[in-house]
Amino acid sequence: MTDRAFTVVRTSGRQRIALGVLIAIVAVGASVPLWASTRTARTLISFLTLLAFAEMWNLLGGYAGMVSVGQQAYIGIGAYSLWFFSDKMGLQPFLGVPIAGVVAALIAVPTAVLVFRLRGGYFAIGTWVVAETYRLILANNTQAGGGTGVTVTSAGEMGQTMRLYGTYWMALVVAVGSILIVYFLLRSRTGLALTSIRDNEVASQSLGVRVWRTKLWVYVLSALGFGAAGAVAYLNLLRIQPDAAFSINWTAYTIFIVVIGGVGSIEGPIIGTVVYFALQETLAKYGTWYLILLGAIAIAITVWSPGGIWGFVQRHWNVQLFPVHRGLRLAEAVGPPEDSAVCAVDESGSGEGT
Amino acid sequence: MDWANIILQGVLLGGVYALFATGLAVVFGVMRIVNLAHGDFGILAAYVALVFADRWGINPLFLTVVSCVVLFGVGYALQTGLLNRAMAGGDEMRPLLITFGLAVIIQNLLLEVFSADSQGLDPGSIRTESITITGKLAIGWFPLISFGLGVAVIVVMQLFLSRTKLGRAFRATSDDQDAARLMGIDNRRIYALAMGISLAIVALAGVFMGIRTTFAPAIGGARLIFGFEAVIIGGMGSLWGTLLGGIVLGVAQAIGAQIEPGWGVLFGNVVFLAILAVKPSGFFAKTVTS
Repeated sequence: MTDRAFTVVRTSGRQRIALGVLIAIVAVGASVPLWASTRTARTLISFLTLLAFAEMWNLLGGYAGMVSVGQQAYIGIGAYSLWFFSDKMGLQPFLGVPIAGVVAALIAVPTAVLVFRLRGGYFAIGTWVVAETYRLILANNTQAGGGTGVTVTSAGEMGQTMRLYGTYWMALVVAVGSILIVYFLLRSRTGLALTSIRDNEVASQSLGVRVWRTKLWVYVLSALGFGAAGAVAYLNLLRIQPDAAFSINWTAYTIFIVVIGGVGSIEGPIIGTVVYFALQETLAKYGTWYLILLGAIAIAITVWSPGGIWGFVQRHWNVQLFPVHRGLRLAEAVGPPEDSAVCAVDESGSGEGT
Repeated sequence: MDWANIILQGVLLGGVYALFATGLAVVFGVMRIVNLAHGDFGILAAYVALVFADRWGINPLFLTVVSCVVLFGVGYALQTGLLNRAMAGGDEMRPLLITFGLAVIIQNLLLEVFSADSQGLDPGSIRTESITITGKLAIGWFPLISFGLGVAVIVVMQLFLSRTKLGRAFRATSDDQDAARLMGIDNRRIYALAMGISLAIVALAGVFMGIRTTFAPAIGGARLIFGFEAVIIGGMGSLWGTLLGGIVLGVAQAIGAQIEPGWGVLFGNVVFLAILAVKPSGFFAKTVTS
C-alpha cells in the first residue's frame, strides 16, 4: 500500500450539477423584478433578507456554537446607519447597505469583547442585553427621532421602480453573499477551526486553534451580514422605529427558520426560509397563532429531530448541495466512486454524529 | 429630589430582582442550562393570580401560593417532558433553543388570551401604606415585604441546599453529575425538582412585581434580563451575591430614572456592562464560569 492509498475529496459530480442549478436559480432570480408583480418582488425581498439573517445566525449558532438571541442589535444598527448615511450625509441610499454592514461589524468588535466573557446560555442573554442597550440609547436620542424613530426619506423619494429594482438586487446580493461567505469560510482553515471549537473548545485550543480570534471573526462577520441585510429590510420598510428595528422577534423568526430547516448546514436555512414563507402564506390570517405554531414546531424538532428537515433528508439520502465536508475516497475503490463511496467526515449537525 | 429616598427604593426593588435571579441561578447551578423563558413564566404566574383574583375576589397576596404551586407543576412537567430529553448527551444548545421557543409561545399565548393591555394586581390598602422614618424618608410596607420575601427565599434556599438530604443531592449533581448518579441519585428527578423550584420562586417574583408595577405579555424578556444582570453582577454560584446584584441593579435603575425618566433600564444595563468589563466574575463568585 502506498502512502496515497486514499484521496480527500470534497466535490462530486452530483454536486457540480447542483452548483449549475443554483447558478441558474440565481440568474433567473436576478431577473424577477423585470417581469414579476410588485407584490411578488416585495415578498421576495423579505424572503431574501430573512434568508441572509438565517445564514448569518447559523454561522454563529450552528457552526460556532454561539447561540445569540441579540442579533437584532445589528439589524437595528443597520437600519439606523442606512438612515444616517443616506438622509443625514446625503449618500445614495443603496450605498447605505454596505456601509451599514461595516458599521455593524465595527460595533461588533467592542461588543464581542464584553459578551465573550459570558458562555452558553448566559452569552445568549448577554447579547440580548446589548441589543436592548443599543435600542434604549437610540430611543433616548432625540437627534435620531427618539422613541418614535425616523423615516428614510431619501429612499422614499427616489421613485417607485428604481427603489424596488435596487432593493431587490441588494437583497439578492446580500442573501447570495451570506451563503457564499459561509461556504468559503467553512472550506477554509478557519472553517475547520470553527467546527472543532463548537465540538470541543478546550481540545481545539490545545491543538493550537486560536479560539478567541476565530470566534471574534465569526461574530463580526455575522454582525456584518445582519447589518447589511437589516439595511436592505429597511430600504423596503422605510419607517424605522427603535422598538421594531431592535425587536427580538427578528431573531425569533431567524432561529425558528434555522431550527426547522436544520442547524449547522448551509442548506438548512434555505429550506427553513422556504417553509417559513409557505406557512406564512397559508396561516398569516391567524396572526399571533402563526408565531405560536412556528415556536411549537421548532421545539418539537429540537427535541425529537435536532437536525431539522435537512438533517432528516441527509440521514435518508446522504446528499449535500454545498460541498463543505471532506470525504475520504479509498484508492482501491473501483467503479464510479460517487457519493456512495465517499464517507463524509462529519462537520455539520449540532454535535450529532452522522 | 431626595437621594436617600431614591436609593432606598432602589435597594428594596433589588430584593424583587433577586427573586427573579434566584430561580435562574438555581437552574444554572444544578444543570448548567439557562431558561430563556424564565421571565415569561413569572409573567404567566402573574396572570394566573389575576384570573383567580378576578373570579373569586381573593387578595392576590394569598394567590401567590396558587401561582407557586401551578408553576412548580409546570416546571416539573417541562423538565421531564422536554428538557431532560434535549439534555441527553450534554448538549447545551438544545435546551437553550427549547426555552427560547417557549418564551415566544408563552408571550404570544398571553397576548392572544389577555390582549396587549397592561394589567395590575390590587392587594388592597397595603400597597400604599408606608412607615415614615424621618420627614422625607418613608418606606412603603409593600416594597419592604417584597424585599423581606427576597431575603427569606434566599435564606430558605441556603438552608435547603446545605442542611437537607435533597439539598445535598442538588449540590452533588451540580458538582459531578456522573459521580452523583453512581451514588444512586436520579439526576433527571433532581433536574425536574430544580426546574419546579425555580419556577415556583419566579412565580413569587412575578406576582409581587405585578402588584408593585403593572405587567403585560411582552414584558417577560425584560424581567429575565433583570434577573440575569443580578446573577452576573453578584457572581455566579452565590445566592447572597444575587441579592447584592439585585440591589446594585435596583439602585442603578432608580438613579438613572431620577436623572432622566427614560434612563432607568438603560442605566441598569450600563452598570451591568461596566461590571462585566471590569469584574466579569461578579462580586461573590464561587464557581468558575463553565
